[in-house]
Amino acid sequence: MSFNSKSNYEISKKKVGYVPRIDATQETYDALGFMSGLEVHQQLLTSEKLFCHCPAGIFHEHDDYNAELIRHMRPTLSELGEYDGTALMEFKTRKEIVYRINNENACTYEIDDTPPFPINVDALEKALEISLLSKLNIVGEVHITRKQYLDGSIPAGFQRTAILGVEGELELPSKKIRLIQLSIEEDSCREISDVGHVRVYKTDRLGMPLIETVTYPDFKNPDEVKDGCDYIRFLNRSTGNVRTGMGAGRQDVNVSCRGGSRVEIKGVAHTKWIPELTHNEVFRQWALLQIRDMLSANLNNIKGWKVSSVGVKDILSILPELEEKETIIAINLPGFKGALSYFTQPGQMFADEISTRLKVIACIEKPNMAHSEEFESILSEKHWKLVQTRLKASKEDSQIIIWANEDDISTAIETVEERCKLALTGVPNETRKSFEDGTTIFERVLPGADRMYPDTDSAPIPLDDNYLNNLNKNLPTDVIDNYKILKEWGVNEEVYTYIFSKNLFPIITKIVDKIGVNPKYVCAFFGHEVKFAVGHYQGPEQFNFERIFKLFKYLKSKGITFELAEKMLPELIMHPQMDFESILTSMNFKKYSKKEILSKLPLLNEKFSEGKEIISNIKRKNWVMGKLRNIAIGNIELTDLSKEV
Amino acid sequence: MDNDIFQGYKGEALELLKKYKVRVWGAVSAETTRGSFEGTVLPRSENDDDKHIVIKIITGYNIGIDTRTILSMKETGYKKANYKIPEKDFPYTKGLPKVKLFGTGGTIASRLDYRTGAVIPAFSPGELYGAVPELADICNLETEKIFAVFSENMGPKQYLALAKAIGKEIKKGVDGIVIGHGTDTLHHTGAALTFMCQNLPIPIILVGSQRSSDRPSSDAALNLMHAMKAAGQSDMAEVQVCMFGPTSDEYGLLHKGTRVRKMHSSYRSTFRTIGDTPLARINREEIIPIKKNYNKRRNDKNVNILPYFSDKVTMLYYYPGMAPDTIDALVDSGYKGIIFVGTGLGHVNKELYPAIERAHEKGIHMFMTLQTIWGYVHMFVYDTGRDMMAKGIIPAGNMLPEVAWVKLSWVLGQTDDPEEVKKLMLTPVNDEITLREPYNGYLVYQGGVPEVDEFIKDVHK
Ligand SMILES: [Zn+2]
Repeated sequence: MSFNSKSNYEISKKKVGYVPRIDATQETYDALGFMSGLEVHQQLLTSEKLFCHCPAGIFHEHDDYNAELIRHMRPTLSELGEYDGTALMEFKTRKEIVYRINNENACTYEIDDTPPFPINVDALEKALEISLLSKLNIVGEVHITRKQYLDGSIPAGFQRTAILGVEGELELPSKKIRLIQLSIEEDSCREISDVGHVRVYKTDRLGMPLIETVTYPDFKNPDEVKDGCDYIRFLNRSTGNVRTGMGAGRQDVNVSCRGGSRVEIKGVAHTKWIPELTHNEVFRQWALLQIRDMLSANLNNIKGWKVSSVGVKDILSILPELEEKETIIAINLPGFKGALSYFTQPGQMFADEISTRLKVIACIEKPNMAHSEEFESILSEKHWKLVQTRLKASKEDSQIIIWANEDDISTAIETVEERCKLALTGVPNETRKSFEDGTTIFERVLPGADRMYPDTDSAPIPLDDNYLNNLNKNLPTDVIDNYKILKEWGVNEEVYTYIFSKNLFPIITKIVDKIGVNPKYVCAFFGHEVKFAVGHYQGPEQFNFERIFKLFKYLKSKGITFELAEKMLPELIMHPQMDFESILTSMNFKKYSKKEILSKLPLLNEKFSEGKEIISNIKRKNWVMGKLRNIAIGNIELTDLSKEV
Repeated sequence: MDNDIFQGYKGEALELLKKYKVRVWGAVSAETTRGSFEGTVLPRSENDDDKHIVIKIITGYNIGIDTRTILSMKETGYKKANYKIPEKDFPYTKGLPKVKLFGTGGTIASRLDYRTGAVIPAFSPGELYGAVPELADICNLETEKIFAVFSENMGPKQYLALAKAIGKEIKKGVDGIVIGHGTDTLHHTGAALTFMCQNLPIPIILVGSQRSSDRPSSDAALNLMHAMKAAGQSDMAEVQVCMFGPTSDEYGLLHKGTRVRKMHSSYRSTFRTIGDTPLARINREEIIPIKKNYNKRRNDKNVNILPYFSDKVTMLYYYPGMAPDTIDALVDSGYKGIIFVGTGLGHVNKELYPAIERAHEKGIHMFMTLQTIWGYVHMFVYDTGRDMMAKGIIPAGNMLPEVAWVKLSWVLGQTDDPEEVKKLMLTPVNDEITLREPYNGYLVYQGGVPEVDEFIKDVHK
């Protein structure tokens, strides 16, 4: 092969203009037409699920189940005949969906064998409070709607969901973000595995109440998306109505570049991953547009473009990697030279887009293909020549070899052809799965908006003005207002995230107002000392931050200085039942008056000076402070003591 | 006119729509005290209140606007929904069996109109092919809508019409008949057709769905494929109910019309053969017989249609302390037959005896069936049972209560003669009474028992 795919990859990467995020500026993103919006999912803190009386928040291990059952998701007619070709292709390959059910946390409702019970009123109320706080226009009547999912993540094939409000607004420190809507919905299954034709889910999380806040695509750079997401989560948490911890909050991030398409990066668990993911996605779309332009320039007949394929098992089954394969097919992609090895994301090229679709749509596990522009191919140059000859390929073409069971081959060829045809038009609408390194892979074709229909099993729920007015009375203050207060107090910005993400603002103001502690000091105490202690010491249960308020109150009442609080934190976390008195005893804390402590000074000074001719005052001070520190903490402010020394 | 423009709206909501000249299907922009809302006005369900207007917003969701919050509304466009299903020709394949599908009103296949959320039944071969293209690999299909009623409204009139239609179709020549049916009374119809259509040369398959086909997880498509396969290819020439075996999408079961019963209000696997095993298992590849003896498919057209049905038969579900006037009232109302559904082995309390005697004297035909569903009526064990028999109640063996009601109605449609009635009732047409209950005929597993839980874990439910 005279064609050098490695250098093609590098050259295309340059052409795309890819830069690491650290080197990117607002100009970089403006040039690409960066656009992004969010769909932030947040589980509500309720004892029961949304449409049945199973407990919410009880999870189990993959293998801890009482029953399994199987479903196949069938595209409904409008998708079948009319537009969603991929859904049909996927259906033809027959994915078997297995659901694992644990009797403790799932009943016959979850698996769609019993109609829904009336909506969980506690969940609805909690979601409405968040909707009000998000300044949304609250609907007059809640209509439960079914939203179709064909991936099996919901056994019914649809999710029950309802809009609570539309057209809201979220004020960030830097700008205002418009909200499209907020909905309440049931959470989906958790995937256990997806291999070949079998996908396995567990149903513990299924049906838990969840809200989804959807923003307009108002974000103009990756960091802004993260900030926006954090704020939505802070707002949700400020109500105390939501679950926290792993998986309780997840977001889908929509990204597009100028001329690109809406691509949804699904299920991002941490907001800190958002910047890298959106950065890479906007470049990937930019690259796909360049591939389109390159192909448009090279191909004579774009409309009539199609692949040709031929069996090559006789040529290639001698390769150790392929000797066991049932069917081996070579596909020729006319005029695609240079496209397969075109840069798309760090570590990925266009061919990877095809390979992942083969896995998802044709159910062929990776590695599922080889291609003529791989950096290292299992085929020798000689083998490629034989394949190209059999395909009657021209120099301007590229080739893909796929291997699979006979049954999956026709879908596989269709899948390759479809993806290549999409390359001729630009960026396909799709959902993508994210990785921690900031790259993504194809997950599913993005379903259209036309997959909603009324839930005939549920009656509409009216929300009258009286009810909403009452809810309005109990709302916490806006996060942005709290933010402004922190600024006023002169609190260091680096502790804001911790304060808002743990919803500490109400406790902080309580400590400030009721005990009269310096606000800046309290914020720093939470942002550094408490954060460190909670991160390093393990208690029997989640730490209740309310204890800190009681601690400060106790210290104040005993006339002990607040500096002792830090030392008490580990015990406080590890033994939540222990009273403050006992904690102090266990720390060997003794009460000394200021006078008692200061009375030790002369003796210590003398001791330090013993045998020394020149006495450095700083050294002396440090030495004396060191000696007194343990008995001083709690009894006298260290700064005061330092002055005396 | 209003009905068409303001579908389902009444009272306050209707007045507002009229005032602002906004129609159903109109694109609307509404100013309210809660902010503005935009979307397409949808029809309102008749039973919902008059305080809300339903719109579909751009993201596809439906919401209601409280009329009391509306400040103003404006229609900004209009597009009426189109309810038509796109049809494709059902392909004819030489060599495949000819199957006739009778529609009775239950929707097995349907298409969803996303704009309106309406479920449109798919019924013509072309529509069905669009919904379940796999059917074309199973049979050549013809369809005929016999009537359109909900399952719960199926009754004597419909049984008679169906029986006659079946007779006609068999005379014309067909390889099998499928009847699409709502599931609630599928087993009543199964029994009625078994009695009315005797000496069948071809399979008659009753099929429905527990989950409507607008949902991706529906059992409709698979049930339909199984039913078409059973009708066209099975050699079991009997009236059968074809529905899911387990709740999983794995296989279907073919039940005799006389021994099947709906046992769960919402499960997919709700139909069970009671007191016996089903006729066969069926999947997309094969039909696996369970019972060895059944009526075989024949080439002749000699079906015997017996379209009789009396509407003077009732059922009496006994409860402790039931007063005799309940029976007197039935007799006074002119009922000619009573199916008792008794406790245990077939009992009612002594206080009813005088009323039973009075009924017997008036020539009322009375049969005993069981609340236990499983098992045989056995009235010799206790004196009370013998008393009751002496007073004219005839034990109906292990005939299911609903089946006994259907059968007595059918019998009384033919004769009034007590001996003849008794003979017809107790002579099984097709296993409505069986001579023996096999050990796997009664299986009601109890969860929590270790071996049962183990079984449930190991085998797909
Ligand atoms: Zn449940």
